[in-house]
Amino acid sequence: MGAGTLLSPVPEELSAATGSDAALRRFLHGLPGVDQVGAEARASALAGRSVKATAKAFAIDLAIRMVDLTTLEGADTRGKVRALSTKAMRPDPADPTCPAVAAVCVYPDMVGTARATLAGSGVHVASVATAFPSGRAAPAVKLADARDAVQAGADEIDMVIDRGAFLSGRYLEVLDQIVAVGEVCGRPDGTRAHLKVICETGELQTYDNVRRVSWLAMLAGADFIKTSTGKVQPAATLPVTLVMLEAVRDFRFATGRQVGVKPAGGIRTTKEALAYLVMVNEVAGTDWLDPDLFRFGASSLLNDLLMQRMRMTTGRYSSPDYVTVD
Amino acid sequence: MAQPFDYAPAPESRSVVDIRSSYGLFIGGEFVDPVAGRSFKTLNPATEEVLAEVSDADDADVDRAVGAARRAFTRVWSRMSGRDRSKYLFRIARVLQERGRELAVLESIDNGKPIKESRDVDVPLAAQWFFYYAGWADKLDYALPGRPGPPRPLGVAGQVIPWNFPLLMLAWKIAPALACGNTVVLKPAETTPLTALLFAEICQQADLPAGVVNIVTGAGATGRALVAHEDVDKVAFTGSTDVGKSIARAVAGTRKKVTLELGGKGANIVFDDAPLDEAVEGVVNGIFFNQGQVCCAGSRLLVQESVADDVLDRLKHRMATLRVGDPLDKNTDVGAINSAEQLTRIRELSASGDSEGAERWSPPCDLPAHGFWFPPTIFTGVSQAHRIAREEIFGPVLSVLTFRTPGEAVDKANNTPFGLSVGVWSDKGSRIMGAAGRLRAGVVWANTFNRFDPGSPFGGYQESGYGREGGRHGLAAYLR
Repeated sequence: MGAGTLLSPVPEELSAATGSDAALRRFLHGLPGVDQVGAEARASALAGRSVKATAKAFAIDLAIRMVDLTTLEGADTRGKVRALSTKAMRPDPADPTCPAVAAVCVYPDMVGTARATLAGSGVHVASVATAFPSGRAAPAVKLADARDAVQAGADEIDMVIDRGAFLSGRYLEVLDQIVAVGEVCGRPDGTRAHLKVICETGELQTYDNVRRVSWLAMLAGADFIKTSTGKVQPAATLPVTLVMLEAVRDFRFATGRQVGVKPAGGIRTTKEALAYLVMVNEVAGTDWLDPDLFRFGASSLLNDLLMQRMRMTTGRYSSPDYVTVD
Repeated sequence: MAQPFDYAPAPESRSVVDIRSSYGLFIGGEFVDPVAGRSFKTLNPATEEVLAEVSDADDADVDRAVGAARRAFTRVWSRMSGRDRSKYLFRIARVLQERGRELAVLESIDNGKPIKESRDVDVPLAAQWFFYYAGWADKLDYALPGRPGPPRPLGVAGQVIPWNFPLLMLAWKIAPALACGNTVVLKPAETTPLTALLFAEICQQADLPAGVVNIVTGAGATGRALVAHEDVDKVAFTGSTDVGKSIARAVAGTRKKVTLELGGKGANIVFDDAPLDEAVEGVVNGIFFNQGQVCCAGSRLLVQESVADDVLDRLKHRMATLRVGDPLDKNTDVGAINSAEQLTRIRELSASGDSEGAERWSPPCDLPAHGFWFPPTIFTGVSQAHRIAREEIFGPVLSVLTFRTPGEAVDKANNTPFGLSVGVWSDKGSRIMGAAGRLRAGVVWANTFNRFDPGSPFGGYQESGYGREGGRHGLAAYLR
């Protein structure tokens, strides 16, 4: 099956879709609906796959490489961020074969600290921005927030969308804001920070909305679409991620461009992470099994992955004292 | 570049099942040898390995079994209170759950269906059927209002079941019969007798009075003997339309009551406003569940022309992820065809699709060297005049047709001698209700497919049979 054969919208329709509020609304509401029961059944069927032995070992290392190790607390300090960054580079101090995580995700004022610790390691610095987590600030303030993070050296910007605007149907406003943040991601040397768009699906509630917001973010130029801030319940769920993976798959067929997906919040165990990877594999396709295209926004997940990894190599479960607590 | 994410083999252990080298007939509460001493072999269709020698019951054996059922009916079961009957049914339901893994593994070995399905669908549903009808056994007076007198059982039921859902069809037959106070002689299909024989052990384990359930194994001749036996009061059959017709002829003019659940050529109607990804899931489930060997399979896809290309692309993309292979592997989606005979029929009808000008497509998949296998297949460019659009293939083969208007969709869906199932896919409630009201099918699923519940009646129009199983309607078939 060649690219461009799947899904109704073709590139011309896509560029026309962002021409006006009415056109964008027509486009988003013209996307196929999502049947809640069917989507949830599909997600739970995929979670029933059995991933054992060599497949499990492969998937655990892949999952570690996909972790955005996150700390987003009011109580964050430089010490805490340094500790987390150190762990990101060498998650298992006793085992040099253990891969590093993908990125460390912090608030903008901690970017410099993370940058300094991670320099040269290949581990990215991701920064939340645009008045995270609520996104309730003046547009200029949100842009300044993002610009500050980029200037401090962030490789990736995790912005939040204006859910209020989305829920009241002002789609073009949401789109324009994402585009504006995307522009701010550009650096003086011509390179740019990757833009991850947090949709906060827990507030958008319906799967139809998840599909629409995914397309909206991709049309606005997102490099990644991300489920949640982690500050709102429910955060990432399998069915929401399913709908997002279908969206990036269809967007790729329509445009040829691959957009990443990042479920964030609430994923704590290896078993859950494996279910997500199975879903990536079977819904979006094997091409997405790459830290450049799929991430886990998580903090406690990493330790469970490490414990399972030790179990795979030693054959024994170890106590939590054998992984580091930060 | 991403590496492939190959799931390592995850086989369910066979150690939970204990297959004996040979099996007798279950008559009067114990296993007995057949009078003539004949037997046949049952195979594992995934490997062609011989699993066991199974008794071939002849007229004399059937007569013994019906006699045992009659004695149990007059002396014990028809006199027992509904409350006490329900106690036995609840007990059987619980044992089915307790021995669920054993039953699931055995079913997959003997039938070829993926363990995922036998474990998550066949066995749990079989237990649910017993739980459901156990609950009715002492409430029959209230089940069917408006009848002249108190409900009474019919007597001895002769039941003949197919090989596609061996244990589940057994439950559909035995649970309502027993709840209503009848006793039964059941003949499982000759290619899948093992779970019925294990069920016989479960009857012993549950202390079910001797003769209430009798299991006679054999092929067509055994079934004919059972249906034709003079002392049988009720015939219940699930299977092919051809055999169903011959049964209808055999019982015509006798006092026997009969229910027939026969073939189908079900359609999935996908409107342009459907939730497409979920519709594709439903289409896949409709035709590849149990290798398409399902009487209510959605073997036709009727898709609105405006979204046909889109739906087909999604369908092919999805089919490429189906995992075909070892039925006992927990990650297998599509297992083995049940028998060489069935495989021949699927191949023959598929070849007619080629020769009549339809276009065949299957995802790349490696089929095992031994056993009976057929890849998930779709035919596009199919018209109503093609054999593959009209005849029941009973395999993983989907015929894709298009339509332009809701009226045309309903007309095409109805244009079949069958009438068992239809799935309607649309986000618009009024469209679904409008179509459902005009469709001639026993079951209409809206935005889902192959959903079963003991409380819901199931049955067909026209050549799909008559009578209803399940729900309160299912009780009516076993009461006078």
